[in-house]
Amino acid sequence: MRRLTWFNTVSLTFGFAFLYVPMLILIIFSFNESKLVTVWAGFSTKWYGELIRNEAFLDAAWVTLKVAVASSTAATILGTMAAHVMVRGGRFFGRTLFSGMIYAPLVMPEVITGLSLLLLFIAIGLDRGVFTIVLAHTTFSMCYVSVVVSSRLVSFDRSVEEAALDLGCTPFEAFRLVTLPIILPAVISGWLLAFTLSLDDLVIASFTAGPSSTTLPIKIFSSVRLGVSPEINALSTIMICIVAVGVIATSVMSKRAIARQAREEKAAMQAA
Amino acid sequence: MSEPAPSTGPSVFAPWNDPAERPLIQFQNVTKRFGDFTAIDNLTVDIYAREFFALLGPSGCGKTTLMRMLAGFETPTEGYILLDGSDIGSVPPNRRAVNMMFQSYALFPHLTVSENIAFGLKRDKLPKDQIAARVDEMLRLVQLQKFAGRKPHQISGGQRQRVALARSLAKAPKLLLLDEPLGALDKKLRTDTQFELMEIQETTGTTFVIVTHDQEEAMTVASRVAVMDHGKMVQVDTPDRIYETPNSVYVADFIGDVNLVEGTASAHHRDGKIEIHWAEGKPPIVGTPMQPIADGTRCTFAIRPEKVHISKEHPEGKSNIMQGKIIDIAYLGNISTYHVQIPTGEIFKAQTANTRRIERRKFTWDDEVWLWWSETAGVVLTG
Repeated sequence: MRRLTWFNTVSLTFGFAFLYVPMLILIIFSFNESKLVTVWAGFSTKWYGELIRNEAFLDAAWVTLKVAVASSTAATILGTMAAHVMVRGGRFFGRTLFSGMIYAPLVMPEVITGLSLLLLFIAIGLDRGVFTIVLAHTTFSMCYVSVVVSSRLVSFDRSVEEAALDLGCTPFEAFRLVTLPIILPAVISGWLLAFTLSLDDLVIASFTAGPSSTTLPIKIFSSVRLGVSPEINALSTIMICIVAVGVIATSVMSKRAIARQAREEKAAMQAA
Repeated sequence: MSEPAPSTGPSVFAPWNDPAERPLIQFQNVTKRFGDFTAIDNLTVDIYAREFFALLGPSGCGKTTLMRMLAGFETPTEGYILLDGSDIGSVPPNRRAVNMMFQSYALFPHLTVSENIAFGLKRDKLPKDQIAARVDEMLRLVQLQKFAGRKPHQISGGQRQRVALARSLAKAPKLLLLDEPLGALDKKLRTDTQFELMEIQETTGTTFVIVTHDQEEAMTVASRVAVMDHGKMVQVDTPDRIYETPNSVYVADFIGDVNLVEGTASAHHRDGKIEIHWAEGKPPIVGTPMQPIADGTRCTFAIRPEKVHISKEHPEGKSNIMQGKIIDIAYLGNISTYHVQIPTGEIFKAQTANTRRIERRKFTWDDEVWLWWSETAGVVLTG
């Protein structure tokens, strides 16, 4: 272990303070006794209790969870398929264009994505509700899944798939029995990433949500406009925790499992 | 097992000389192009059942492409590939009675050794007890019974190589393709494994096609060797004929070590032999051409270093005698190669077996020595 120089220590402190002090304050004030958000009046967990009894928030949480599970699952299936075609499909006509287009939504402003989806739903006469949010979230999170999965596919020897074909697999069987088990950690971390993205999306959800399908971020945003309550702080704290767990799980998955798998795979390849 | 072994040695096993024998694989005018690059150029060759056929050549000569076309991973641009008389050009790899052992072994890292071997059998929907019996048989064949439950990363490189072999043999393919199968093994293990491969090939009676860039390996294992260059087969022959009677300078130079002398033929020596005039004021080299050569043809005389004798005294009554000075000695333990420079500047290599201990060696650097070889020792090449 090397010791940090004073310069690095200062950089680190400032950087992390910049990132996390706002959240830290929010978390601290979620345990505030007082109803006034900015005045500390002693420790209490009563706002968490209030939250549990708040039907509107619980409904919104339930909607959010449903949307997140459904959209991340759909995004994982589509994103994995897209990644497989891009990495393994060979050089078909328009490949560069397609792979560029898969990644384009990563940099597309959310407002535009949301607006275009809204217009589409109106055009085809689809009533806005949970289903439309799921569609919208699938759309923007599948490209993240695709990035994660294709980086894994690139690093894995194609001859393993060829061996499966050679031993009598159809291309689909080869994917199901050989490719998928090998890339599974990447697929799971793609799912977790899509799940967290869906959980905290506000912009696209507010474009595509209907009256009966308010998600938690929409609910929080609209209540904050009426004034910040300590209840919101408590809710936000819970969301921070869920997202943090998701993100940490994702990175641990990808770091550990992918590294281990790659090692085993490399070992399975060659003696040298 | 019931039928008597059809061959007892390479001298008997020669289906390519039997016009009644039907080849297992036929390449008919096969061409494969990748864009502008021609990997295989109008190639026609027959491979027979139970053969151990080696594709030998430098990288980029098309040997791997040829193998991948047999496996079904590439389709020919032109021409036909017949397996047992039927065209397999458009048959996908999973429907061919052909299996491949990959250069990288390509074991399934998430499956155990026995699951790897059983993988192909399960795709055939065989009953469980039959699969188990076959897996056992394969494990015994490659002596890996103890490692059945291990994952590929828990065994050594040599063991992985055996798993890959067992996996590709498990389905009892008509044809087994081996892509540089021993490339990742160290030299000692490789030599042992070569003999094991030959044994397994004989016991299973499978036709093997092996791709290699190691000429010793090809010579050791193969019944016939195809020397490839730029998408063509330059010579297809038994290892001894490839070595002793190469059909071109390319083959002579590619296989083993050789002395090459360019000259002009004059065809009126005794009993079909010719003289090759190769340097001003030097006596011509006397050689034996395989077919008659017209007077004045440019040709190359090729002679293997071990067929060049080296001595301190002038050899009496021998033909093709030259005097020179030893400028380099490559001592390889069992043999030594002497690089001898003759007065015109050319260097000839002569090789002798070190049958005596090194301190009793007769020659050393800068010694004046005599070289000579018999009139039938070399070959005269016009290609």
